[in-house]
This record gives sequence, structure tokens and C-alpha cells, in this order.
Amino acid sequence: MSAPARVITLHIDDREVGAHTDQTILDVARENGIFIPTLCHLKGLTPIGACRICLVEVAGFNKLLPACATKVTDGMRVVTHSERLDRYRRRVVEFLFASGNHVCSVCVSNNNCELQSMAQLTGMTHLTMPYRYPRLRVDASHERFVQDDNRCILCQRCVRVCDEIEGAHTWDVMGRGIEARVITDLNEPWGESSTCTSCGKCVHVCPTGALSIKGTAAAEMKKKTHFLAQYWTLKEDRS
Amino acid sequence: MTPEEQLLHIAEEHRAAQQSFTGSLKVCVAAGCVSCQSDQLKKALDAAAKKSGADKTCKIKGVGCLGLCAQGPLVISEPDGTLYHHVQPADAEELIAAISARKPVERLAAPANQPFYTRQKRIVTENFDRIDPEKIEDYIAVGGYGALIGAITTRTPAEIIEEIVKAGLRGRGGGGYPTGLKWSTVAKAPGAEKYVICNADEGDPGAFMDRSVLESDPHRILEGMALAAFAIGAQRGYVYARAEYPLAIKRLKLAIGQAEKRGLLGRDIGGTSFSFTIEIRLGAGAFVCGEETALIASIEGGRGSPRPRPPYPAEKGLWGKPTLINNVETFANVSAIIRNGSEWYSAIGTEKSRGTKVFALAGRINNTGLIEVAMGITLREIIFDIGGGIPEGRKFKAVQTGGPSGGCIPEQFLDMEVEYESLAKVGSIMGSGGMIVMDETSCMVDVAKFFMEFCKSESCGKCVPCRVGTAQMYDLLCKISEGRATRDDLALLEDLCDMVKHTSLCGLGQTAPNPVLSTLRFFRDEYLAHIDEKRCPAGVCKMRTAMEVHA
Repeated sequence: MSAPARVITLHIDDREVGAHTDQTILDVARENGIFIPTLCHLKGLTPIGACRICLVEVAGFNKLLPACATKVTDGMRVVTHSERLDRYRRRVVEFLFASGNHVCSVCVSNNNCELQSMAQLTGMTHLTMPYRYPRLRVDASHERFVQDDNRCILCQRCVRVCDEIEGAHTWDVMGRGIEARVITDLNEPWGESSTCTSCGKCVHVCPTGALSIKGTAAAEMKKKTHFLAQYWTLKEDRS
Repeated sequence: MTPEEQLLHIAEEHRAAQQSFTGSLKVCVAAGCVSCQSDQLKKALDAAAKKSGADKTCKIKGVGCLGLCAQGPLVISEPDGTLYHHVQPADAEELIAAISARKPVERLAAPANQPFYTRQKRIVTENFDRIDPEKIEDYIAVGGYGALIGAITTRTPAEIIEEIVKAGLRGRGGGGYPTGLKWSTVAKAPGAEKYVICNADEGDPGAFMDRSVLESDPHRILEGMALAAFAIGAQRGYVYARAEYPLAIKRLKLAIGQAEKRGLLGRDIGGTSFSFTIEIRLGAGAFVCGEETALIASIEGGRGSPRPRPPYPAEKGLWGKPTLINNVETFANVSAIIRNGSEWYSAIGTEKSRGTKVFALAGRINNTGLIEVAMGITLREIIFDIGGGIPEGRKFKAVQTGGPSGGCIPEQFLDMEVEYESLAKVGSIMGSGGMIVMDETSCMVDVAKFFMEFCKSESCGKCVPCRVGTAQMYDLLCKISEGRATRDDLALLEDLCDMVKHTSLCGLGQTAPNPVLSTLRFFRDEYLAHIDEKRCPAGVCKMRTAMEVHA
């Protein structure tokens, strides 16, 4: 068993803040109204530090650390915004746009898309590198939902919510590198999945239009992630 | 009998059994020579010895890697010590006759006292030409398991850690993290359940050090791991070996079985209360599984993708328990340090890099093979003295160390001493020991492209910078090598290198730009020739127009 959490102080952007040792940098920043952008992170799911949007500078570390997955320590000094961090965050968003086929005007999640918001936030107005235009699959075999790989950013939220909250583990990742994709079961059509409970949690945690409800037209898909609150409040109560 | 006496007894018995032999022929049975049929050769020698009746006086023995892999199959004849190269099964009878007549076969003999052998310093590979890797008695006869039994019966775990700290041993997987510090961190971590993992997921292109050690002296790794387990308080260990090394895995399995039978692994080792078991886990071919957190995920049965550190495996590793992960070569040094003492070890090498390093020489070099040298030797000595220089009188251009995480070192640094810090200073790394030599016919853009393609296909795809960045950088390198790039493309490439290096989740992404950065640093003119003049100075790259590419 890990030691009980202690109360400590640390500096985030030159502000002195109090925290518990079991909190992450992101938790503490949010508690104190300090904004750190995130994309793969979703409160209630295990942080994986995959998107690298929330990277922050921590004094004494020569590497940048993901705020979502790094626990605070006593006397830590964190910088959440700098010219360099902004530049890297913009590049990450660029990479995501370049590696998929993201066409906002025809997307169900237009105006309700976390990737789109992140582009606005980081000031990514255009790409400075070539689009990759990959040929990707759309799986509409499920009776209620659609999976569109063209819009997937591989944040693995669907994988985590299905495994950790629903307990079905229908989703997982297949392939390596630029070829990696999220799949249902052993890469069988979603509609034929024997493990999927059709609960729809994956659809609602998806930050883009990659998972959506059938029958929604452009800009009609609004994601609702409030159901996760009951899980993390439960977890926090227990601890 | 005390456990120590038992070991001596085994060694004595084994020696007595050898006394009737007046000579021996040692055949290399590691993968390099087996691939040119040294196993057939050994069978032919056995048959020839039997036929002539020489099998009573001459022992035919399989031994580990003899180093000069490109000249295999290799045979050493004892007691005269002649090294035979390029030996074929058809030569068997002649060799047997020669050993009976005590007159070497001149036609097959390799030059004696070559710098290749005389300039080496052997610790990790000390037993390679002495023992049969498939016989535990051979290992015990040369003092094997003595360090382990001595440690668990007469010394404390803290003393063992102290010895490793004082020896100054550093991680041989490439990072160079102080091994003693790692051990003491895991030893101090709370919890009774701890693990030892041996990382044998060697995957750098052109590297075969760990493979040779596992194939030539598997018991050495087991003894090193057991010593580590005793020092940190672990009961279970894993060897994570890549499935592409079937011979290494076979010998490792055999070794574990033999050690268990002799009571040197398993429950109550040597009659003490110390118990330690070792299991083998096979990697399915993912390079990223050499990264420690990905390796742990793979052993746990998950997808081999890394997770953010901290927490480090020393704190939270396999199954969430404190875990010690060291590379094959690191473990191979341990028993020698415990046996001979830290003072002996730290006297070898340089101030910051103690001991020796095993390198696999490959590429445009005469003596392709496996060597072990004291730290602090110069690159020139390695390449031109031990390695025998560049074939066909061509001019040396660069040496690549550290595989896809390393860099290319040009001629002006040939007289630099080989140690962790000096290699890092010139933009490369020590790495696990792959050394690829390039001559004037190698194009540095092409080299950078090769390694980037490797990283691109071996990226796990978890974090964005590595997943997309390596693909974008590879495309840019293709564009440059085909003469379709502009100076803007080069600027973008440099910008992406910086971003991917500083934002990727694990070592694979963080070091993927290194081959590009180091070639850009020393061979920028080659990049510019491709871009401005649409010309490949080495004549390797084929220029193509955009039209040809998209046609």
C-alpha cells in the first residue's frame, strides 16, 4: 500500500499552491484556476500521457513532463506556458491534422470538437507540413453508432472507458506507428462484436467525430461526458 | 559438504574427466558460425575422430563466439592454440590428422597474434573460447557460480550493492545509468515482493552483442541475475528475450534447467534461505519493447507500449512492484566484479566509464565480428587495429554507434576515447554496442533515412510526436534524397527533429531524430548537395522528380 497523501506546497507559474501528494500537476492546476490544455486526458480515466499537449516544464528535470500523469512533489516548480511549450503544442495539433482527414465543415462534431477547439486555442491556422491523406476505414456496422478512422486522433479514451468503466474492453489498439488504429474485438466489425454492450460511453468520451451516433448530421453531435463524474467522485470519496 | 565444496567437487570431477585428452578442437557454435554450418562441421569432426580413433585423446568441443564472425566457421586447436578459419566439414579429417601429428594445417590457419585478439580486454567474453555453453560443468570448472555461492553464504546484500557501486559499473544497454545506484534504489523501495528482469530484447540494426553472450555463456547471465536478486531482495526473475534468437533461447532454457538441477537456482539456493527462480518471456519482435516500461507491459501480457516515467520501474515496475531491469551485458559483468572485487574492475577503463564494452563491428570493415575492449580505447584503434580497417582501400567516412538512437561520428574524432560522455559530446551515444562503419561510398542522407524508416515502423503509435513525427521526417528525408527538397524542407526537418526529441513519451521517440541531427551536424554539405545541386556526392541516392514519384 502506498503511503497516505501528505499536504505539500509547490509553485505553478510562480504561484504558490497547496496540494496533496497523490494529485497530479494537472489536478492542482485546475483546482487553482490555472489552465493547462489537454486532449487525451479525461478526468475519471487513467491518464496515459499520449497526446503530449499538456507537457509542462518542471525545474530540475531536463525533460518535459505530462501534467496529466505526473504527481506533484514538495517544492516543485512548474511552468505551464512558454514560447517553447506553445510552439510544441501547436505542432502536436498540426501533426494530428496532418495524419488524419479532418474536414470540419462536413463533420458531425463541428463546433463541438476538442481537436477543433485545440487548433483555435493554439493558434494553428494552417499546416506548415504536408497532409498525409491516409486511406482510412469507416465502420457503420453497429446499429446505433459509427466509427470513422479519418477523424480518430488515437487518444485511446474509448479504449480506456470501455475497459475501466464499462468493463467490456471491446476497444483496443492495433498496428504500430503511423499505422496504429483503434479496433473492436479482434478487428471485427463493430456491429458483430460479441463483447460490445452498446452502452455508448466510448462515443461520448470521443473528443472528435471519430465515434458518433448514427443519424446525426454535420455539427449535430454533442458529446456528454458528465456520467464520468460519478466515477471520479466515488473514487475521491473512497480515498 | 558445504555448497562451496560441492562446486569444487563438480569442477574437480569435470577436470578429471578431461585428463585423458591431450588435445582438443574447439568449434564455435554461436549463431554466426552456425549460420555457415559449424554444426555440420562439429558432426564431421566427431565422425572423423571416431573413425581414426582419435576420439580417445582429442576432444571435440563446441564453444561460444570466437569473434571473427565474418571468417567462420572458426576452430581453435589446443594445446597449440592455432586458429582455423573458413573451415568446411570436408576439412574434418585433415584437422583430426593434424592434431594427432601435432602439426597445424597451414592452409586453414588464420594469422597468429592478430591485433584483433591481442588488443581486446575480455571480461564479459572471458569464457567464450573456454566453455561449452550447453554444459554447466564447464562453467563451474572455470569458477562459475562461485561468486553467487560465496555471496549468499558469507556476505550481506548491502555489501554486494556496495561492491557494484564502488566498481563504477554503468548500464550497458546504452543509457549508462549507474548500476549500483539502480540496485540500491530498488533495494530501498518498500515491499517484500520484487523482481529482476534481464533485458535481452536487443534490436538495434547491426548489433549482436547480447545474442552472442546468451549463446556463448548463458550461465553467466543467470549468475549475475541471481546476485542482483540477492542484493535487492527479489525472489523471481525474468529474461525478456526476442523470439528471433532461437539458439540463445534454447541455451538459456537449458542453462536454467541445469542450474535448477544443481540447486543453483530455485528454492533455498546452496542450502541457504535465498530462493530465486528465472523464467523466460519471449518478445514478439517489437523494438519498442526494449524500453523498460514497454517491456514490463509486454511481460504482463499487455500491448508493448511505454508509459510515462516517473514512476520509475525501481518504484513501480512489474505488477506494480519494485523492479530491477538491467541489460544482458550489465548482468554479465556482475559475477566478475563480485569474484575479483570492485578495485580490480574500477582499475579498467576511464574515470567515468569503468570496465569494458562489447561491440559488434559491422558495415564496411574487414573484421566483421564481436569484440570486447577496455573503455578509453580510441575509435581509431577499434576500427583500424582490431577491425582491420576498411576493405578495398576505401576511405573511412564515419562510424555509427548507438543504432537508431545514436549518431554518426566523423573522421576528426577518430582519436577520441570511447566512453559514455565523450560519445555524447559529439552527438552520439554509447548505445548497446552496435558499431557500423561507413566509407566514402555511403551517403549520409541515405543513412539517416534508413534509421528514420526503422523508427517510423517501430514506433508504437501511442504518443503523437513519435507516431506522426517520424513519418513526416521520413517523408522529408525521402524528398531530400530524391533531390526534390528545398531549403524550407530542411528547415522544417530541423524544427521537427527538435520537437520530436523534446516531446516524445519514451526513449524511442526522444532519440529518433539523433541520426538526422548528427549527420546534419557533420555532413550538412551532403544534405545541401542533394537539395541545391540535386546530386548525391556518394552516388547512392537516385534523383527523381515529383512527376516520377507520383506517376
